Amino acid sequence: MTELLNAGLALLIVALGVWTIAARDAFAAAAGFVAYGLLLTLAWVQLSGIDVALTEAAIGGGLTGALLIGAVGRLRSTEAAARAERLRPAPRLLAALVAGAVTAALAICVLLLPDPAPTLAPEVAANIAAAAVGNPITAVLLAFRAMDTLLEAIVLVFALIGVWSLAPDRAWGGRPGPRHVADPNGILAYVARVLPPIGLVVGMYIFWVGADHPGGKFQGATILAAMWLLVMMAGLADAPPISRKWLRLGLVAGPLVFIAIGFAGAVTAGAFLAYPEGHAKPLIIVIELALMPTLALILALILVGGPRRPVRP
Amino acid sequence: MSHALDLLTIVAVVAGAFFFLAGTVGLLRFPDTYTRLHALTKADNLGLGLVVLGLLPHVDGVVAGLKLIAIWLLVLLSGAAASQLVARAARRREPDA
Repeated sequence: MTELLNAGLALLIVALGVWTIAARDAFAAAAGFVAYGLLLTLAWVQLSGIDVALTEAAIGGGLTGALLIGAVGRLRSTEAAARAERLRPAPRLLAALVAGAVTAALAICVLLLPDPAPTLAPEVAANIAAAAVGNPITAVLLAFRAMDTLLEAIVLVFALIGVWSLAPDRAWGGRPGPRHVADPNGILAYVARVLPPIGLVVGMYIFWVGADHPGGKFQGATILAAMWLLVMMAGLADAPPISRKWLRLGLVAGPLVFIAIGFAGAVTAGAFLAYPEGHAKPLIIVIELALMPTLALILALILVGGPRRPVRP
Repeated sequence: MSHALDLLTIVAVVAGAFFFLAGTVGLLRFPDTYTRLHALTKADNLGLGLVVLGLLPHVDGVVAGLKLIAIWLLVLLSGAAASQLVARAARRREPDA
């Protein structure tokens, strides 16, 4: 029975993936991508990768989906022209060949993996006590491979700089995105008043249980970012001008704390990002607490987009 | 007692699945945006409520049960809000509105 369900799920994922590529309407393709993300979440649950499933639902389906739908909205005026455009057969064939070759290479790589696949899981299980957290994913992300997590956070700062750098000169330093106006007594404003307290609790809960159960700062930060976006979209609070000092400080605070603790580890524990004996848990909590607001700010501001409205003198 | 609870689970989850099916049929068959929204939100909210009700006897602990109920309430809230927003957007697009 479970095999049947899994096979159905896998078929659905492949079919939806093909449909998302084949759909001519950009909005339909973006909606298909969101559904694809949710199906992938189910697949990760079936593979017992609950942490990955949470991230896929929050980042893959939710945040990326919202980003794509926003992009579709902006491209609407160019869509008719893009759809009328027909590639000549040669480039189409070439694109199909290259895409097929990449897929085939990936499939061969996966099929050639030795059985059982090479894994470091037993070593993580043997050393997890040193990291002082119960969730092996958190132990890997913040103790054994903390460098990856640090670089990930820094990459996100760069992504936001990339979004901002598309701003026209006159809008530089101004407020990002459009000014949202909504009926203050309407349903959107109502939800934007009712939901954020609940979302804050859920986000902090997911962050906090990350020590011992699936969850963590990334998934928690996505929920916080979503709550902030909801408040902005309902017109209850405007996005801050990107020249604000507190905003700039918040965007770099997380990685800076991470790097500072890393250098402190070089002095006290003998290696960059090493934690001194017995202090791993509090240091991990400090890093996560510092990273979460930074991540929430970055994720929300990437969705809001680049600055568009100049600050009035 | 446990047999009665199992029976409750089976009846409630099957009924919930039926409402999801009905909602999906409505989404595919109804003629315009408003009736489709009606089919989606009403049937799915009820369907999810019944599935949650059916799962409640089998959760370990009160907290897990409360979490399930909280999820249902949150889906109710988001479903109601989203359907209102979609309906308003559809209405704005109508030429004679």
